[in-house]
Amino acid sequence: MTIADIKQRIENGESVRAIVEDVIAKIEAAGEYNAVISILHERALARADEVDAQIKEGKGGRLAGVPFIAKDNFLTFTGKTTAASNMLKPFEAPYQSTAIERLEAEGAIVVAKANMDAFAHGGSTENSDFGVTKNPVDTDRVPGGSSGGSAAVVALGVVPFALGTDTGGSIRQPASFTGVVGVKPTYGTVSRFGVVAMASSTDTIGTLATTTEDAALVMDIMHGQDERDGTTLHDQKPLFPIADAPKLKIGLIKEYLDEGVQPEVAAAIRAQAEELKNLGHTVEEVSVPSLPLALAVYYIVVPAEISSNLQRYDGVKFGHSAKEAGNLQDLYSMSRDQGFGAEAKRRIMIGTYVLSSGYIDAYYRKAQTVRTKLINEFADAFKDFDVLVGPVAPTTAFKIGENAEDPLQMYLADVMTVSASLAGLPAYSVPVGKDNDGLPIGMQIIGPQRSDALLFSVAKQVEETNRG
Amino acid sequence: MTKITTDDVKYVARLSKIAITEDEAAKFTKELDAILGYVQQLDAVDTTGLQPTYQVTGLTNVTREDALIDYGVAHEDLLKNAPRSRDGYIEVPKVL
Repeated sequence: MTIADIKQRIENGESVRAIVEDVIAKIEAAGEYNAVISILHERALARADEVDAQIKEGKGGRLAGVPFIAKDNFLTFTGKTTAASNMLKPFEAPYQSTAIERLEAEGAIVVAKANMDAFAHGGSTENSDFGVTKNPVDTDRVPGGSSGGSAAVVALGVVPFALGTDTGGSIRQPASFTGVVGVKPTYGTVSRFGVVAMASSTDTIGTLATTTEDAALVMDIMHGQDERDGTTLHDQKPLFPIADAPKLKIGLIKEYLDEGVQPEVAAAIRAQAEELKNLGHTVEEVSVPSLPLALAVYYIVVPAEISSNLQRYDGVKFGHSAKEAGNLQDLYSMSRDQGFGAEAKRRIMIGTYVLSSGYIDAYYRKAQTVRTKLINEFADAFKDFDVLVGPVAPTTAFKIGENAEDPLQMYLADVMTVSASLAGLPAYSVPVGKDNDGLPIGMQIIGPQRSDALLFSVAKQVEETNRG
Repeated sequence: MTKITTDDVKYVARLSKIAITEDEAAKFTKELDAILGYVQQLDAVDTTGLQPTYQVTGLTNVTREDALIDYGVAHEDLLKNAPRSRDGYIEVPKVL
């Protein structure tokens, strides 16, 4: 389903209310995938009526009547915002995220909240306190994560786009696993105000969509400076419409095609590189030598930031609170024990450890310094190349339960996505083929900071060569 | 290579204000040891002359006027999420 499909239906006389009712029916019919945590019935239908009236008056916005689904870490005015965690199960947001406000201002309608790994900790959506989401392509497999529910609802054609967050690959990897377009922008492109924080130096907001065209329109509406998020970038360029791609120098990332990559994934990426050559681009292999270190950097820096951001869950102000705690210290530690799952606890404890006295230099500062090395190497690569391409993940979607018992093995699913996050670079995932089991393969396109518009041009070309 | 002990895990759990059982401590010891063992590969990386990166887009000291912004969020709506409140304040159990 695309935004153009929705606009056509409205043009043909269908009411926005009917479109929203249809989306709700589709969500209910797709219950077996467990992609959605909650449906915002009342507000979505009220908004539909509002937008119907606006359209009648000729005042419809750029997304008038277009339904979408937000990952459940986006604060919404009605319903619960749980981040798929027991900790936030009772939480009703008193305000709404900037991203959703901007989409609503253009007439879009948030219909439901998507399942995810709790607090966005995970790469499979198995770590949800609301149960695992199943991959629409193969229900024995994970949809990827942490934005697995968002990816699934787009892949199922329930909505033309969904919102996700990407801290280390949480939009790109599920997009790759389910065969949809995934956009992780330059750090600071979209305001994070009203989104549950994970790791503040890499958290980004983006979208999963059926087409690059729709993704670009959605990003164009959401992006821009926001005084309520001090990290948002000033002077951002428009992202829509997508310009034709100029002839580019494209670097094929050598480290991501080495051993350890599923052969069909490597083959699909190399085949797509040939297609890009046929379109007139120059494609050469490029080495970014520190890429194999990125995962180790990530799993120091990000848990450190998580341990800080998750301090706010103390059983006092909002979220789960241990009823039986007799004093304040017990209220903190019992509420956190009961509200956090094993993965959040692991990450908080790793973060606390690497920041603790005696270890901060050896772990945290060392990791942040290797991060500089990685950033410098990317900068060197971008002296010779306009964009870099490679796989999104070393494999296609894995089986539910396959990596569940070994946290380190699960972290390895992020091995090709964390580097762009650490360097603040925009990185998109575009479907380029399928493996022998029919599971989708995504190509990752990475550019320098603020090259988001160019990445859309390349992504659109990649999409066009794979159409049909 | 530093080996993580159960005492280390209990110590960071205490710092993190997370109550954990003996069984959990044993399980987390194994898992944290594997993860911290993996990240220790960075020890061998030469970073001579490089500074740590804490912010990636070059922004520094983003400030605004020190004035009240009306977010349109009512006091009582914020308090609704507090597990316990009284007279417009959040209530906590006794400290000691």
